[in-house]
Amino acid sequence: MPPIFEEETDRKISIIVSKGTLDWVTAAFVIGNAAVSEGIELHVFFTFYGMDAVIKKKMDHLKVTPVANPSMGMPNLVGVLPGVTAMATAMMKKQMAEQGVPPTKEFIQMVADAGAHLHVCRMTFDMFGLTKDDLYEEVEDVLSASDFLELAEGGQIIFI
Amino acid sequence: MATELIAGREITVDEEGFFADPSQWSEDMAEELAKAIGIDELTEDHWKVIRFLRKDFEETGETATIRRVSTMTGISTKQLYQLFPKKPAKKMAYIAGLPKPTGCV
Repeated sequence: MPPIFEEETDRKISIIVSKGTLDWVTAAFVIGNAAVSEGIELHVFFTFYGMDAVIKKKMDHLKVTPVANPSMGMPNLVGVLPGVTAMATAMMKKQMAEQGVPPTKEFIQMVADAGAHLHVCRMTFDMFGLTKDDLYEEVEDVLSASDFLELAEGGQIIFI
Repeated sequence: MATELIAGREITVDEEGFFADPSQWSEDMAEELAKAIGIDELTEDHWKVIRFLRKDFEETGETATIRRVSTMTGISTKQLYQLFPKKPAKKMAYIAGLPKPTGCV
């Protein structure tokens, strides 16, 4: 058997998604998707604004803003004008689609279908006054930080 | 580059065991390649994926990613993970005699 198929991996990766902007959430799921397709056990923990990625009403409307983002090469004063965030978001969505990246909801569903475990942060859940009905159905549970760390034990943690 | 004996023929493979020259592949090798990576039987759904991968590679020159296979064949991501457990993208490519996919999604 070719070596790369030989041993089933016992690797485990846990990604903490702390930001709710399109670019950061997509980055998390590109890595997450790669992990599951390598047979690696994957946990994703959504906390603070990262929670937007699994709030049904928000997940397909994540945005990216040029403000305070020097990499986008747009002066902050221009970035604050009405419509600029929407324009930047539309442009990024188009560029990502060209790379074969699905829209957020479809992307998360795809990674969940591949066996990933999705968890949300208890404190954020309470702080934002959410109910389970607000959350995307693939979310498995609402966990405290210490419960999450227990799950992540022995694996690698990526904070995004 | 190394060679391997697959279905009685000398095949050039890369350092990970993937076909270095996809034109050396033929359908009668698939069963043996599948067995070598722990897939004992190729069902109709396996074949649907393999044939799509071959056709797509011919047309695009690239090995399709999981998402592309799923979108184009209608076989769900979940099913692909059942058909080619653990490492679907690489297993599909291996059985179809193609280089491993380079796309991220």
